[in-house]
Amino acid sequence: MADLTTEFLGIKSPNPFWLASAPPTDKEYNVRRAFEAGWGGVVWKTLGSEGPPVVNVNGPRYGAIWGADRRLLGLNNIELITDRSLETNLEEITRVKKDYPDRAVIVSIMVPCEEEAWKAILPKVEATGADGIELNFGCPHGMAERGMGSAVGQVPEYIQMVTEWCKKYYSKPVIVKLTPNITDVRFPARAAKAGGGDAVSLINTINSIVSVDLDNMAPEPTIGGKGTHGGYCGPAVKPIAMNMVAEIARDPQTHGLPISAIGGVTTWKDAAEFMALGAGNVQVCTAAMTYGFNVVKEMISGLSNWMDEKGYTSTQDFIGMAVPNVTDWQYLDLNYVAKAKISQDDCIKCGRCYAACEDTSHQAIAMSEDRTFTVKDEECVACNLCVNVCPVEGCITMEEVPAGQIDLRTGKVVSDQYANWTTHPNNPSATAAE
Amino acid sequence: MATSHQASGIQAGRLSAPEIAENFGDLHAPYDQHEAAVAADRCYFCYDAPCMTACPTSIDIPQFIREIQAGHPVSAAKTILEQNILGGMCARVCPTETLCEEVCVRETAEGKPVEIGRLQRYATDTLMAKGVHPFTRAEGTGKRVAVVGAGPAGLSAAHRLAMLGHDVVVFDSKEKAGGLNEFGIAAYKSTNDFAAREVEWLLQIGGISMEYGKKLGAELSLDALNGAFDAVFLSIGLGGVNALRSEGEDKDGVRDAVDFIADLRQAEDLTALPVGRNVVVIGGGMTAVDAAVQSKLLGAENVTIAYRRGREAMGASRFEQDLAASKGVKLMFNVMPKAIHGNGAAAEIELEYTEIKDGRVAGTGETVRLTADQVFKAIGQTLEGQPDGLEIEGGKIKVSETGRTSVAGVWAGGDCASGGEDLTVTAVAEGRDAAMDIHSSLMG
Ligand SMILES: Cc1cc2nc3c(=O)[nH]c(=O)nc-3n(C[C@H](O)[C@H](O)[C@H](O)COP(=O)(O)OP(=O)(O)OC[C@H]3O[C@@H](n4cnc5c(N)ncnc54)[C@H](O)[C@@H]3O)c2cc1C
Ligand SMILES: Cc1cc2nc3c(=O)[nH]c(=O)nc-3n(C[C@H](O)[C@H](O)[C@H](O)COP(=O)(O)O)c2cc1C
Ligand code: SF4
Ligand code: SF4
Ligand code: SF4
Repeated sequence: MADLTTEFLGIKSPNPFWLASAPPTDKEYNVRRAFEAGWGGVVWKTLGSEGPPVVNVNGPRYGAIWGADRRLLGLNNIELITDRSLETNLEEITRVKKDYPDRAVIVSIMVPCEEEAWKAILPKVEATGADGIELNFGCPHGMAERGMGSAVGQVPEYIQMVTEWCKKYYSKPVIVKLTPNITDVRFPARAAKAGGGDAVSLINTINSIVSVDLDNMAPEPTIGGKGTHGGYCGPAVKPIAMNMVAEIARDPQTHGLPISAIGGVTTWKDAAEFMALGAGNVQVCTAAMTYGFNVVKEMISGLSNWMDEKGYTSTQDFIGMAVPNVTDWQYLDLNYVAKAKISQDDCIKCGRCYAACEDTSHQAIAMSEDRTFTVKDEECVACNLCVNVCPVEGCITMEEVPAGQIDLRTGKVVSDQYANWTTHPNNPSATAAE
Repeated sequence: MATSHQASGIQAGRLSAPEIAENFGDLHAPYDQHEAAVAADRCYFCYDAPCMTACPTSIDIPQFIREIQAGHPVSAAKTILEQNILGGMCARVCPTETLCEEVCVRETAEGKPVEIGRLQRYATDTLMAKGVHPFTRAEGTGKRVAVVGAGPAGLSAAHRLAMLGHDVVVFDSKEKAGGLNEFGIAAYKSTNDFAAREVEWLLQIGGISMEYGKKLGAELSLDALNGAFDAVFLSIGLGGVNALRSEGEDKDGVRDAVDFIADLRQAEDLTALPVGRNVVVIGGGMTAVDAAVQSKLLGAENVTIAYRRGREAMGASRFEQDLAASKGVKLMFNVMPKAIHGNGAAAEIELEYTEIKDGRVAGTGETVRLTADQVFKAIGQTLEGQPDGLEIEGGKIKVSETGRTSVAGVWAGGDCASGGEDLTVTAVAEGRDAAMDIHSSLMG
């Protein structure tokens, strides 16, 4: 069985599955249960400054969207950082780290954007023996209005400044947690790096209104007739998070900066995908909140099975392997030609491909009297829509037209030469090919 | 004290009231909201959907299922009822396994179709529970149409005609509307007096007056109707039954299955309905299955269906056959009745084994005797009491695609008319289509 031991910033954990800073890591009791279930590490629920803790609403704090059988697809929350005293949290962290030396314990922190505040809290955190800290610059609600969380995370200069303070007053690794509520995630990532941050973690939750109660005409969750935007997470956000991870991984300025990926990780495969895109490990919140801590068991068995099948012996073997293959649109090979192909043995004759192509694409699927569906190669642009809407997996495939054959749509011979938009004759700013 | 299974002869009270209630509950429990959402989500919203083509009333199935999925079953019901005003009953009684669900692409793909019938019931029940009628009448046309027979064909025609603004009078020889919905369909398919409730709901359209106890051939004549009304629609079903032509057919305990079923459907208290200890049903269609299953559910100890051909030739679908078997009914194939023995009342039935020779059933000479204190004949219904002057084809009133008979001004549909299978849904389709043709001929 593959060894899942992962080293992230020199912090060892028995597997790359950490619990993200959130309710699952809110207190000693939960974290002990998590470690017993097999989680490799935790990022403790975000701590605030000393003094009276923040308060949460006393009405519902979550909203959700579901699939037909109530499978939770997306979760939204309006919870704040820990509402327990700093002292209590620090005592608990100390105890837990002592009892679980082989697991990663990271402390998430969010204090006002003043050097004094950071200077005050960091030695206390250091004293717990925890393995590192994570700076919560992501929380999109409640804290941002107080000048913390995403209010900091949206301003790269602040990120850099706060990261510098942390490096100054704390000796262990500093992870900067990024908010997705920005236009280009590379800027905050670069700032984190410039400030001396050892790694970035992303994404925190996405600003969202998850549903509207049409009887009371208010967003949900509704508290006393009103609602507010919350933070969106869970399976629905994974594609957004993956793109952001990949952007940072392939940005020349941040390439190589360790990444802890967060956002919708639910199974081993989600984790493997994030890691292929450059993440050194993953953090999980919603999957644990939906199914409990035992979900990690499938993540562990699934990842090691897959690694065995592929012959990977360590997570290092595949981390970042997909990064070189993430490129910009303009570099995609325009001479690559494919055609959709329908397997008549698998086709159940639902006609979805036909409706999709006929109504919304390229009129490239023919439907016969007896409901046989075939692709018209002379029309097919290989857009893949039919593949995506076909209810039978593997029934429609995209077949590459080999070089030398004629593309029936264009009437041209398929070239074996790579050619992209930058050199295309239709491109007004094309540079002549060498 | 309740009579046990073993009490001989035809007896009431073989089962207790709770057992009877349990046995005659819904065959398929209605969906709750969540089940409906999950079932609806299985539909692929097919293009030019095969299920829709297979539905005799051409309900837009992907559309109504999508409306359920999106949380508005009332719109789904409207989509259904626009095509099939008895969509509630059809949801319960259609042999979906040989209609829409048979061709569902998910049947093709994984042998498990979208449960169209149950979804249809969910939608129509939701609408009917609100007590609303979703259609209104067009402005009056001043035309009057007579409908003879208040079964599914007649009710469907009457509703459509009334909706189009005509004044409709429905005549029926019985004292109750519904036809076989009320008197024939198995009790566990139409629970809680659904047939009567559906008729009441349907009549909310207005413009339909019901005249009971009026029989064509007795109180009514086609000539008189044709003279007094602008058009006549005949939907008298199949009132006659085929005879067994076996020795001993007249003994006590031998009767037509449809009569037994009608008694059963009308019984106030099923514990008071007598049934034999050893019941043999002759036939192979839905009626045979329904008589057999319901005998069993009433507490008969042994129930056998004796069919003269092989399983594959049986009129009842495989689903119906399996239903019978699951209730403990024994299916015998390739046997035909030779004689019923007994001293005054039936005690035994003698069956002869058969083989098919040149496509015809012939006895092999080998016989077998079964104990039988009750024998039900379910070997087919026949047209009876049709007015003179109408051309007949294959034992039914000959009609065109749109239900026109050989007599001007007279249309016919449902079981009494040629074409189509003898099913509730076909009757509804034919009634509706004839109504549309009557409308265009009256207004044209
Ligand atoms: C036992 C049994 C079970 C069945 N089960 C199913 C099933 O599960 N699913 C399914 O789809 N189909 C089933 N069928 C078939 C279905 O019931 C019929 O196809 C359908 O009812 C035909 O409708 P109809 O309107 O043509 O005739 P009917 O329903 O027979 O209605 C005819 C009406 O005309 C009236 N009438 C008859 N003669 C006269 C007259 N001379 N004057 C005035 N009124 C007259 C009758 O009283 C009756 O109300 C079953 C049939 C039987 C017998
Ligand atoms: C209820 C709730 C509370 C959260 N609180 C915090 C927090 O205090 N600090 C923080 O950095 N992230 C917080 N998060 C964000 C998560 O750590 C994580 O970044 C996000 O949920 C995406 O991961 P997921 O898709 O696995 O849930 C919270 C998320 C939820 C659902
Ligand atoms: S790939 Fe696109 S264009 Fe080609 S058949 Fe499919 S949907 Fe049509
Ligand atoms: S979508 Fe797939 S299964 Fe449906 S008709 Fe097209 S190829 Fe066949
Ligand atoms: S055939 Fe089946 S999946 Fe397709 S539309 Fe009809 S019910 Fe839905």
